[in-house]
Amino acid sequence: MIGVDERGYYGSFGGAFIPEMLHPNVEELKENYEAIMASPEFQAEFRGLLKDYVGRPTPLYFASRLSEKYGAKIYLKREDLCHTGAHKVNNTIGQIILAKKLGKKRIIAETGAGQHGVATATVCALMGMECTVYMGELDIQRQRPNVERMRILGAQVVPATSGSKTLKDATNEAMRAWINNPVDTHYIIGSVVGPHPYPEMVARFQSVISEEIKWQLKEKEGRENPDLVIACVGGGSNAAGAFFHYYNTPEVRLIAAEAGGLGVESGKTAATTAKGTPGILHGSKTILMQTEDGQVVEPHSISAGLDYPGIGPVHAHLFEVGRAEFVAVEDEDAMKSGIELSRLEGIIPAIESAHALYALNMIEFKKDDIIVINLSGRGDKDLETYIKWGNY
Amino acid sequence: MNRIHTLFNTKKERVLSIYFTAGFPNLEDTVPIMEAIEAGGADIIEIGVPYSDPVADGPTIQDSNQIALQNGMSMNKLFEQLVGFRAKVHLPVVLMGYLNPIMQYGMDAFCKKCKEVGVDGLILPDLPMQEYLDEYKALFESYGLVNTFLISPQTSEKRIREIDGNTDGFIYMVSSHSITGAKSGISEEQINYFERVREMNLKNPRLIGFGISNSETFTTASNYSNGAIIGSAFIKVLKNSKNLKEDVQGYIRSVIN
Ligand SMILES: Cc1ncc(COP(=O)(O)O)c(C=O)c1O
Repeated sequence: MIGVDERGYYGSFGGAFIPEMLHPNVEELKENYEAIMASPEFQAEFRGLLKDYVGRPTPLYFASRLSEKYGAKIYLKREDLCHTGAHKVNNTIGQIILAKKLGKKRIIAETGAGQHGVATATVCALMGMECTVYMGELDIQRQRPNVERMRILGAQVVPATSGSKTLKDATNEAMRAWINNPVDTHYIIGSVVGPHPYPEMVARFQSVISEEIKWQLKEKEGRENPDLVIACVGGGSNAAGAFFHYYNTPEVRLIAAEAGGLGVESGKTAATTAKGTPGILHGSKTILMQTEDGQVVEPHSISAGLDYPGIGPVHAHLFEVGRAEFVAVEDEDAMKSGIELSRLEGIIPAIESAHALYALNMIEFKKDDIIVINLSGRGDKDLETYIKWGNY
Repeated sequence: MNRIHTLFNTKKERVLSIYFTAGFPNLEDTVPIMEAIEAGGADIIEIGVPYSDPVADGPTIQDSNQIALQNGMSMNKLFEQLVGFRAKVHLPVVLMGYLNPIMQYGMDAFCKKCKEVGVDGLILPDLPMQEYLDEYKALFESYGLVNTFLISPQTSEKRIREIDGNTDGFIYMVSSHSITGAKSGISEEQINYFERVREMNLKNPRLIGFGISNSETFTTASNYSNGAIIGSAFIKVLKNSKNLKEDVQGYIRSVIN
């Protein structure tokens, strides 16, 4: 069985390795999140906002020209059509309602591509809460439009200037900010990472993705289970959401596309399962890229949202037990797949999601297989990267 | 007997612990700085093992970690440097480090080395109490290592009592809700917290850390506890020093006098 145990572990991964200063906050969440999430008021508000504000259910779209090209029945789960342009908002809606129920007044968050930052700034505006987003200095440069979106929404964007100046460092800064403001502040983590209960909580908010895939596929194909589900993995929240209701359905193959960067052996990669080893990052035991001496290695990916040296503990576990197949998609290949989808289906995907698309070239499948690709976000935020790359 | 126990058996007031990052400002400064701390008159030496992602630390200690790593500091290097230090340094020595580098070295091998070179205790900020009890307590004890836990103003009375029951060295009181070096001076709210914990009559001595920088803050902290820990302020002394031996001794004297 894939799932979290009461100690917060998925197999040998997970836990809550946090400084004592964060213990009360994390404990408060752990004690309350399940009861709050299970309450009818929470569910009504959460479901209501997902429907009327986010625009759920997102379509499960049969991509006929893509299907023809690859020789399978390919469906795209259109998370790119969520309000704010990516799946990230499913989680921020859930967490902000939770934060309100816990009586919190301020929100902090980290962001890589800026999608989670935008999704957080958005729900803070919606709920009238103060919002501070930590973002690596390098990401601020390469995701300019999202920085300005956050500011327009009223959030303060604080640059993280340490280390690689990307998502890892933004996460460090957000954790520090939480230590400094433990009483009135909730930290909305943007992926299935961090100390227990975050990975499970975020996965449950995102699990609406596979919940919908099941009934939508049933309507279209007369069956709930596709043969394959493919998703990209940065920290792993869109993948966890797309896999969640299939974790324990072994006949559904789960494919996780990591960022290969310039190549797994190039030293410039974010392919965590290929290059990583077990260790502790941002409060959980997981697989991360590190030196022999246990120093975290700075990752590389053309896509800011995948530029992270670890993966969520649930994915480390899926990898460990062989439940999911992991592929490493290189920068160049992801970009090509982004253009391909644009030309074949009229959809410009986020570069993160383009990694999932390219996985079609790396795995074996049969002609009549039904494949669901989780299209985690749209490419608007990546226009500059597409333009700079220029091969179209 | 463990040197930490010996210390607190004889000294119960104005205990001064000094933190520095191994390998900072220069790779080979570790043991000379320890000697200078002892000569200056401090009571405990806390050696920080540098890490790429020190989430409980503020900018001053983060920078020292990064520079130490650039200088080539590593767990192997540190233990190499510490071989034989007991011929020169007699104070209790505590290693402070984040869990990941220690896990990669191997917890068993790490504890064994600590004992071999003469380390007395550990402060591992991201090792939670339950994990310690379940996985490591027996190991630490078998190597005679005292484990120190942190508490903060947010820590509940119940948990403070649990922590007090699960250690026999000292308790590290984080002075405010903050990362290291974040605030200066001591507020009324902090005093209330110091008094609240003092009145709990814990079995372990308490040292107050985070935001202690000079004679005045050291004295205030010592009025409510058994002493204090200085980190960021000391790192700044090292950073600006032209003569480590003199500056370290001078600084420590200025704090305790
Ligand atoms: C569109 C999109 N997809 C995927 C990701 C990666 O995150 P995760 O692996 O948590 O889904 C991001 C992160 O910013 C994103 O913006």
